[in-house]
Amino acid sequence: MDDQTNIRWPDAIYDHFKRVGIRQVGYVPDAGHSRLIERICKDPEIADVVLTTEEEGVGLVAGAHLGGQRAALLMQSSGVGNCINMFTLVRNMGFPCLVLVTMRGEFAEFNQWQVPMGSITEPVLKLAGFLTYRVEEPGEVDEVVSAACDMAFDGDLAVAVLLSQRLIGRKRWTK
Amino acid sequence: MSAERTKAEPAMLERRKLVRDLLVDRRDLMVVCGLGSATYDVAAAGDHPLNLYLWGAMGGAAMIGLGLALARPDRRVAVLTGDGEALMGLGALATIGVKQPKNLVIVVLDNGHYGETGMQASHTQGGANLVAIAKGCGFPDALALTDQAGVARVRELLHAGQGPILVNARISNEETPRFLPVRDGHAIKLRFMQAVNS
Repeated sequence: MDDQTNIRWPDAIYDHFKRVGIRQVGYVPDAGHSRLIERICKDPEIADVVLTTEEEGVGLVAGAHLGGQRAALLMQSSGVGNCINMFTLVRNMGFPCLVLVTMRGEFAEFNQWQVPMGSITEPVLKLAGFLTYRVEEPGEVDEVVSAACDMAFDGDLAVAVLLSQRLIGRKRWTK
Repeated sequence: MSAERTKAEPAMLERRKLVRDLLVDRRDLMVVCGLGSATYDVAAAGDHPLNLYLWGAMGGAAMIGLGLALARPDRRVAVLTGDGEALMGLGALATIGVKQPKNLVIVVLDNGHYGETGMQASHTQGGANLVAIAKGCGFPDALALTDQAGVARVRELLHAGQGPILVNARISNEETPRFLPVRDGHAIKLRFMQAVNS
């Protein structure tokens, strides 16, 4: 694995956000998305909306769309569980909903409390009407996120990209 | 103490009249309606393409308001919702407090009950004070509306107040006739977006 590619995959996501003109990003603070969140917070053209729970983000995306802006959500796999009833909005109104999920509860997970939600994240998203794409390698991020952005915003679709725990790397618990 | 005060407070405002009064001469105000009675009240005040009627997604109305307010800083956004709906999305008040959208006003139609499910008591009757919560979340203005004399001021706030503002309107809990607007979310969305962009 190329070290540079490994470090820069969040930048590839950011570049696609800029390419498709995303103006609002909702997120709950997350280690896996930390670099992307930092870049978004520094960008005056993107409203960074820190949420108390991920389900707030579904309403945010709906409102952004109704007002003519593109939005995206960043969350951990556990956050998908928090969103389920709010995904009602996506099904009933039909608007682009791009969600980038950093996975927990899978490869090299040390905390079994992450496993119940992590192991059902993808089927739950599918049941809620999302197209889902998994990314395992840093080199795949650019192409998959590019495709997901185009499907979401050109096709008015709900699309989730699952960034695998193997991609994100083992969580280090030593400070 | 606050719970006792809330219970003892006479509920002065009738919800249908209140909502009608708030939406008089509404111009291009965008209105997000929380599910249940708030949706019926806003529809009963006069159907309008800039009404976003919700029939589900309980707890989400304020956040839809935030997304809209951020997307259209040139326009005013009102969220009209019930106490139960607002309570389910309390975290949204903290999120809105962080973003400080100047063009967003939330009006809670607070009858202290879950009207849609059989008038069970809500937490506002048990002591939860939404005005204090909004202030604690950093809303520059949050106020209780308890009588007709305050309605004109709240209407001004909808159009010109510096948000985010939360108005907790104490309404009576008598039953109102059902007034059911369109339920098709796609139709509601398309009509709303055409009106926003026209």
